[in-house]
Amino acid sequence: MYKVHYNKQISPDSYEMLIEAPLAVKRAIPGQFVIVMTKEDSERIPLTIYDYDKEKGLLWIIYQVIGASTEELSHVKDEIFSVVGPLGNGNEICSDPESFKGKRICYVAGGVGIAPVYPQVKFLHDNGFDVDVIYGSRNKELLLIRDKIEAVAHNITYTTDDGSFGTKGFVTTVLEENINNYDIVVAIGPIIMMKNVAEVTRKHNVKTIVSMNPLMVDGSGMCGACRCEVDGKPKFACIHGPEFDGHKIDFDLALKRMKIYQEEEKIKWDQMKALLAKEEA
Amino acid sequence: MEDKKVKGRLQSPEERITNFNEVEYGFNDEEALAEASRCLHCKVPRCVEGCPVNIMIPEFIAHIKDGDIKAAYEVISRSSSLPAICGRVCPQEKQCEAMCVKGIKGDAISIGSLERYVADQALINNFNATKKIEQNGKRIAIVGSGPAGLTCAGDLAKAGYDVTIFEILHKAGGVLTYGIPEFRLPKDIVAKEVKSLKKLGVRINTNVPIGNAITLNDLQKEYDAVFVGSGAGLPKFMGIPGEDANEVFSANEILTRINLMGAYKDTSKTPIKNLKKAYVIGGGNVAMDAVRSLKRLGVDAHLMYRRSEEELPARKMEVEHAKDEGIVFDVLTNPVRILTDENNSVIGMEVVNMVLGEAGEDGRRSVTEDEKSLHKVDCDMVVMALGTSPNHEALKGSDINLSDRGLIVVEGTKTSLDNVYAGGDAVTGAATVILAMEAGKKAAKEIIDNLK
Repeated sequence: MYKVHYNKQISPDSYEMLIEAPLAVKRAIPGQFVIVMTKEDSERIPLTIYDYDKEKGLLWIIYQVIGASTEELSHVKDEIFSVVGPLGNGNEICSDPESFKGKRICYVAGGVGIAPVYPQVKFLHDNGFDVDVIYGSRNKELLLIRDKIEAVAHNITYTTDDGSFGTKGFVTTVLEENINNYDIVVAIGPIIMMKNVAEVTRKHNVKTIVSMNPLMVDGSGMCGACRCEVDGKPKFACIHGPEFDGHKIDFDLALKRMKIYQEEEKIKWDQMKALLAKEEA
Repeated sequence: MEDKKVKGRLQSPEERITNFNEVEYGFNDEEALAEASRCLHCKVPRCVEGCPVNIMIPEFIAHIKDGDIKAAYEVISRSSSLPAICGRVCPQEKQCEAMCVKGIKGDAISIGSLERYVADQALINNFNATKKIEQNGKRIAIVGSGPAGLTCAGDLAKAGYDVTIFEILHKAGGVLTYGIPEFRLPKDIVAKEVKSLKKLGVRINTNVPIGNAITLNDLQKEYDAVFVGSGAGLPKFMGIPGEDANEVFSANEILTRINLMGAYKDTSKTPIKNLKKAYVIGGGNVAMDAVRSLKRLGVDAHLMYRRSEEELPARKMEVEHAKDEGIVFDVLTNPVRILTDENNSVIGMEVVNMVLGEAGEDGRRSVTEDEKSLHKVDCDMVVMALGTSPNHEALKGSDINLSDRGLIVVEGTKTSLDNVYAGGDAVTGAATVILAMEAGKKAAKEIIDNLK
């Protein structure tokens, strides 16, 4: 069991959780992920590390409630059954900041994608980089951790689909207007956003890194559920990723593969809501 | 003396395809006694030579005859740390039983079934085969809690070493837990065997990704010796068009969902696709496990293998059980393309018939495609059971020597790193549970010899 300090709602559909997980953070590099399980019989949920305190052994995660398992996770109070990490590879820039000195870097985040973006921007800020951030969501309510990201970003531009905060419109519009200022773009968010970002940067020949979050089971390379097509070849997000060259990923395939369990998920989510209601009654 | 073996009782095929309970019931006392009585107690027991861990087979069988099951268990325990598992999943017909002189004219002694009987009795009656252990204060780290790691841990703990196993998953057992299905190896048996290792003082730290959270070099510094039994690795795919379709899975994924995550239960929180007709591609034990699991989920389950039935690498018994269960075997056939609809869902396959040629250097017959035979089959699921390629996650950050094939290079069981040993699939490529156990055993012996 892993001690949970808090598990609080931070937007209409997102939660932030603080867990004691010293091993998972001790050697963590921004970009790596963990897998959590609420109970012994729960699903394994892969989540990118949002923040950590290596000395105190603390791990922060942010997750969106999108189905049965995240619904169950959102009801956790004092402890969870399992946390394993860090898994996968750290972000390319954060793994070797020296060789990126002088590069002009822009992070583009969509929705809860700000959670994995934050530790990278923070790490680079701490290492003397001035990093810009473009952060978009559907509306103001869904923009998360604004204080934290503003403290570490050089310039930050917000966009909302409905114009309720920042620039009305999409992150890609803002990115394209400023594309000549950047040598590298890191985009993390919904697949469709990462795809659109990659299309913009391809036109302008700007290196682009994206973080894939496909279906996953063990997270150790054993099952292949998380395979993505990179440059026409299957790669496992769990051990070859989760970050890949955004110009080489087949996003359309990734979108389709996300829907494999859509029907089962719907049924399980309803079952879970009923189960949780019963447990709490 | 009768030359026919005592036949073990099985769940009937009609019944067992509706559940995941164990297929074989195992011997009762009378059956075990009758089978044990067939043993000739050869002066030079060839069966012992056939056993990778050299269990003193005639000796334990003699104790069964005398009705002293505890003594029989003690004999087995001297050589094997996991008898309830070996008794079930070892290919005895190729090992001990293949060497049995009774087998020349009639049936070999059912050594595996007798081993299982003794081990199960030990678990039921809580036999404790271990005498008090003198701790020697030396610390050993083991990477992976599969059959190699567990065996190595058991032998070292019995010899007085302080053993810690690191496991990346949330449950111990490796392939015994995530891979081999309940109907061949019940998970409570694995849990009990793991528990008896813990009783010997072995610590099992789950949720530790060696390579990422702790490196091999860290372990090397902190422990007197390290054993790496990290297992086989990444599932292989064929590289044919359409393989990225939504309902193309590795056998490992299907088995992990079912065994580790319990997806066969209605109450499971981890889903599994429940489709109509599946083809499992491959012919080994993993293919058999996957196709028989799918059958139990109500799927019209087919096995497709490119060579003929004679060449199937799976255990004969598993093939027979699969056939009894109504699995359709499409042999001498191979897929060349997976057909999909606009949603990337599987709707069928294009397959070709295969023609067998001469045996190659490895003794396996070559196969060539008969291109004229190209035809379509309908299905909505394809499962690849084609073996694995090495996974180096656990070795991240170390400069351990690897072969051209990416496997860990060993001399005996010693790797290129000081005080680091390795065995099992990480060294041999995908093989069997018993070979992994044998490697774990050899490593334990080498570690003991070298740390003296």
